[in-house]
Amino acid sequence: MTAPAQAPAEAPGKVPVPASASRRGPGRPSGARAWRTRASAALTAATVLAALLVPVVFPLDQQAVDLTAKLQPPSWEHPFGTDELGRDLLLRCVHGLRVSLLVGVVAALAATVVGIAVGGLAGALGGRTDRLVMRVVDVFASVPHLLLGIFIVAMFRPGVWPVIASVGITHWLSTARIVRAETHSLRNRPYVDAAISGGASRWRVAVRHLLPGVLPQAGLAAVLMVPHAIWHESALSFLGLGIPAHQASLGTMTEAARGSLLAGAWWPTLWPGLFIIVPTLAIAGLAGAWRERINPRVRSELTL
Amino acid sequence: MPEPAPEPTCETAPETTPEPALELRGITAGYDRREPVLREVSLTVGDGEAVGLLGPSGCGKSTLARVAALLHRPQAGTVRLAGRPAHGFHHRAPRELRTTVGVVFQQPRLAADPRLTLADLIAEPLRATGRRAEVRVRLPALAASVGLGGDLLARRPHEVSDGQLQRACLARALVLRPRLLVCDEMTAMLDASTTAALVAAVEEYRREHGTALLAVGHDRVLLERWCDRTVEFKTLLPR
Repeated sequence: MTAPAQAPAEAPGKVPVPASASRRGPGRPSGARAWRTRASAALTAATVLAALLVPVVFPLDQQAVDLTAKLQPPSWEHPFGTDELGRDLLLRCVHGLRVSLLVGVVAALAATVVGIAVGGLAGALGGRTDRLVMRVVDVFASVPHLLLGIFIVAMFRPGVWPVIASVGITHWLSTARIVRAETHSLRNRPYVDAAISGGASRWRVAVRHLLPGVLPQAGLAAVLMVPHAIWHESALSFLGLGIPAHQASLGTMTEAARGSLLAGAWWPTLWPGLFIIVPTLAIAGLAGAWRERINPRVRSELTL
Repeated sequence: MPEPAPEPTCETAPETTPEPALELRGITAGYDRREPVLREVSLTVGDGEAVGLLGPSGCGKSTLARVAALLHRPQAGTVRLAGRPAHGFHHRAPRELRTTVGVVFQQPRLAADPRLTLADLIAEPLRATGRRAEVRVRLPALAASVGLGGDLLARRPHEVSDGQLQRACLARALVLRPRLLVCDEMTAMLDASTTAALVAAVEEYRREHGTALLAVGHDRVLLERWCDRTVEFKTLLPR
C-alpha cells in the first residue's frame, strides 16, 4: 500500500491555486503593488510637505545671488550645488515645486469643474445638445493641446495664472467625455425615472441623483490630471512662455540650466528634472491605486 | 394594522369624479426610429379600478406602463389622467400631473438610488415636491403599512433584500397619494410569500384611498386573483 501516500497531494476536484493568490484575499493588492502604492503615498506626502513647510521653516531668500559661489557642485553647504548665479539649487527646487504643484492642482480643479459642467450638461440633456457639445469637444481634442496651450499663454503676460488658464482650458475634454458617458448611463436608470415620477425637478435629479454618481470618476480624472498639468507648466516655462524666467519653477530652472550643462555642470539640470519626474510619478501611482479600488476589473485584467 | 389616522391633510378620493383614472387612446409608441412597439393601443382604467395587463415578454407591456406614468413620450395618441390630458412627458409633464401616478418597477435594485437610505428613498418624493414637513408624520405609518420595520429604514439598498427594497419602492410610489398606481412586473423578482405580502399591502392601501391600479405582468394566476379585470395584451392591438 504505497500508492495512497501520494494521493492527498492531488486530491480530485482541487484546482491548483497560486501561492500568492491563496495568501491574500481577492480584494487585497499583491505585494509589489502594495509596495508601489505605499511608495507613491510616501513620496506624494513628502512632496506636499516639502512644498508647504520648507519655505516657512527656512525663510531663506531663494533669489539670493552669490557670484563668488556660482556653479558649485553639490557640497555640505549647498546639498544640490549652486546655479550659474550662485543661487542655492535645493532651495530653488523646493520653491519651483511649490509653483508647479500650485499650478497643477488649481489647473486640474478648474479643468475638472469645466469638464463636469460640460459633460454633465451634454449627458443629462442628451439629443441635439449632446451631439453639438460633443462635436465641439472633438474639435478641441483634434488640436494638439500643447499647441493650443502655447497659443493661450502667448496672449498674456508671463505669470502663474495664464499657465493655469492654459492648462485648464485644454484639459477639460477628457473629463467631459468621462462625465458625459457616465451621466448618460445613469440618467436612463429606473431610479431617475422614479424620481421624475415623484415630482423631482431637472435640477434636483441632476444634483441629487446624477452628480453623486459621477463624482468618483471625475475625482479620479482630476488626480490623474495633476501630473499632466505639472508637465505642461514645465514645458511652457521651459519654452519661456509660462512662468517668468527669474521666478523659480521647475521648467524655468531646467531651461536656465541648459547653458551650464555645456559648461560641464550636470547638477543644475539633474535636480529640477528629478523634481518633475518623481512627484508626478508618485501622484500618478496613487491615482492608479485609486482607480484599481473603484474599478477592480482593471486590476484583474492587469493580473491576468 | 396601524392606521395612518392622525392626518389632517385632505384626501384626494372623496370627490369621486366619474372620470377614469387613466385613459389611453390610440397610443403608438416605440424607441428611436425603430418599428413602434405599440400600435394604436387604447386602454381605460376606471376610478379606483384594478386592471391587470397580461402578455408575453417583449410585447410592449412595460412601454405601455411607462407611457401611462408619463415617462415615455408616445409617437401618437392621447393620455388622460383623471380626465386631464397630458401634453408633455418626462420632465415636460407638469409636476401635479406626474405625481398623480405612482410607479413601481420590476427591479428594485435599479429603481433605488444606491446612496439613499430607505427612509430617504421613501421620503424623496415629499422632499422633491416641497412637502418636507410631512415626512415625519407620514413616513412611519407608510413604512409600517408596507411592512418595513424601524431598523430597516436606516439601511441603504445594498444592506437589504430584494423584497425589502421593493417594499420601500412601493412606499415611495404611494407617498404622494397617487390616483393611479402602476406596477410594472412588481413581483417578478420576488418569492411567493413576499409577493403575497406586497399584494396585500397594495390592496390594503387601495381599500383605504381608492387608488386605481394598473398591474403589468405575465403571471396570469396572480393578476386574475388580484385585479378586478385582466386584459390580454394582444386584444389591445388592432386586428
